Amino acid sequence: MTDLTSMTIAEARQGLASKSFTALELTEAHLAAIEAARMLNAYVLPTPDRAREMAKDADAKIAKGEGGPLAGIPLGIKDLFATRDIRTTACSKILGNFIPPYESTVTSQLWRDGAVLLGKLNNDEFAMGSSNETSCFGPVTNPWRRGGSNTALVPGGSSGGSASAVAALLCMGATATDTGGSIRQPAAFTATVGIKPTYGRCSRWGIVAFASSLDQAGPIARSTRDAAILMRSMAGHDPKDTTSVDIAVPDYEAAIGKSVKGMKIGIPKEYRLDGMPAEIEKLWSQGAEWLKAAGAELVEVSLPHTKYALPAYYIVAPAEASSNLARYDGVRYGLREPGKNIIEMYENSRAEGFGDEVRRRVMIGTYVLSAGYYDAYYLRAQKVRTLIKKDFEDCFAKGVHAILTPATPSAAFGVGEKGADPVEMYLNDIFTVTVNMAGLPGIAVPSGMDAQGLPLGLQLIGRPFDEETLFSLGAVIEQAAGHFTPPKWW
Amino acid sequence: MSVDATTVRRIAHLARIAVSDAEVPHLQGELNAMLAFVEQLSEVNVEGVEPMTSVTPMEMKKRADVVNDGEIADDIVRNAPDTLNHFFLVPKVVE
Repeated sequence: MTDLTSMTIAEARQGLASKSFTALELTEAHLAAIEAARMLNAYVLPTPDRAREMAKDADAKIAKGEGGPLAGIPLGIKDLFATRDIRTTACSKILGNFIPPYESTVTSQLWRDGAVLLGKLNNDEFAMGSSNETSCFGPVTNPWRRGGSNTALVPGGSSGGSASAVAALLCMGATATDTGGSIRQPAAFTATVGIKPTYGRCSRWGIVAFASSLDQAGPIARSTRDAAILMRSMAGHDPKDTTSVDIAVPDYEAAIGKSVKGMKIGIPKEYRLDGMPAEIEKLWSQGAEWLKAAGAELVEVSLPHTKYALPAYYIVAPAEASSNLARYDGVRYGLREPGKNIIEMYENSRAEGFGDEVRRRVMIGTYVLSAGYYDAYYLRAQKVRTLIKKDFEDCFAKGVHAILTPATPSAAFGVGEKGADPVEMYLNDIFTVTVNMAGLPGIAVPSGMDAQGLPLGLQLIGRPFDEETLFSLGAVIEQAAGHFTPPKWW
Repeated sequence: MSVDATTVRRIAHLARIAVSDAEVPHLQGELNAMLAFVEQLSEVNVEGVEPMTSVTPMEMKKRADVVNDGEIADDIVRNAPDTLNHFFLVPKVVE
């Protein structure tokens, strides 16, 4: 039944409706694929019993003609989303065996619409990382390998399990989260489609917090259409998240295939980095040509504060993280290490529970918020953030509909190849982090291969709450570039 | 700006993370690498620029000030490492 796993969500939806197969058959095929792909380490907790139960329920509803828009569609859920009665860890030792007594809003909307939970997916610890190597469950392997090589490559991060599972046909789509590029970079590394919606589009309630002013949930899928289908269920106002926006959720799928004729596409000159690989440069021009051929107009634009986005991010995000992660104190949930008084108990629990990258970021965040350094670091970074956002506003005010950039500065790299110098790892997010700083939507679409046979992606950045334009433009690139599937070796 | 070993220990204590003496030099190097990286922000002219407080221009919705949840003490203590009669237990704080 391997062919049941290689379908898109749109195809599966049709197959279920025409009774070509049942939701239970579809789920069983995926559970078997997950079992056979254990070495990728994409799932940290498969939930086969729950999956079968939900699939049977979907079949019953479909039979009665009451199936929702995602009835019977098996999905993987990043382990950052709280799932009721199912262990949720953020891939950190400090959450230990945390079993949420509640469900995140985004996942509850997926279940409302009939989707099936296959299991929880690996990610960087607390979503801090760009390679999925900081997970307490160990790294995830990318199903893509360099031509003629067996070297294990990272799937990117932090949503590495989501990207790997979607690319390796271990689920039909996955939830992910993006604070600095954690949906788009892994999507680019695995030839999948990932969209980070506008800040406020999806509720953050029940998602383990990293940096609250930057975090957004979004889907990773195998086509722009599938991403659009998932987005519609994930998005929407939630009274439990005061930063979620109360505006209507459009039918994103209707944007797929819509003409992009006459749209103005900005090409930001500041994204042309010194020493950028020729392949990335070529991919970028190719993407621009495809959009032009579809009737879009290309214009050079300037986003002068681009180079300051990453350093400002590495003040704002750790500052918020140090505050958010203060809750892990060994009292209310998670790991507790004894100490001779309560302070020692806190310090020992946190030393034992946090991995190196998380500890580093909590410490830098604590420092930039501490008395005497707040103005020099945190306040300055928040002012720079205003300027970064203004760059985009100026650009959109000139009639630009969307901005085209590369998604990442390189293709996937090897497990253990980067990370000795933390800053080297941070540079992975150089093209994506500006979007979080400005709260804008961004989509990564597979666009080609490098000389070693690894996927590369392009990013489109949109106006606030205009994800539809990104879906329309992304679909044009997808149509021109085609689909990329990794040869099965696992 | 860069941090010395004493500052590293002070930050660790503020962050409530136990750090052994042997870990200090390594952490100091990492924190200083990050601080060197963010140093470039000092070249940006931020005079008269408002610090960002909200990335989306919208007014925060407020809910009615009424009790709409509760009676879930079992759920709340369910994941705690140590509890007694719906209380969280911690090491003795006052003698």
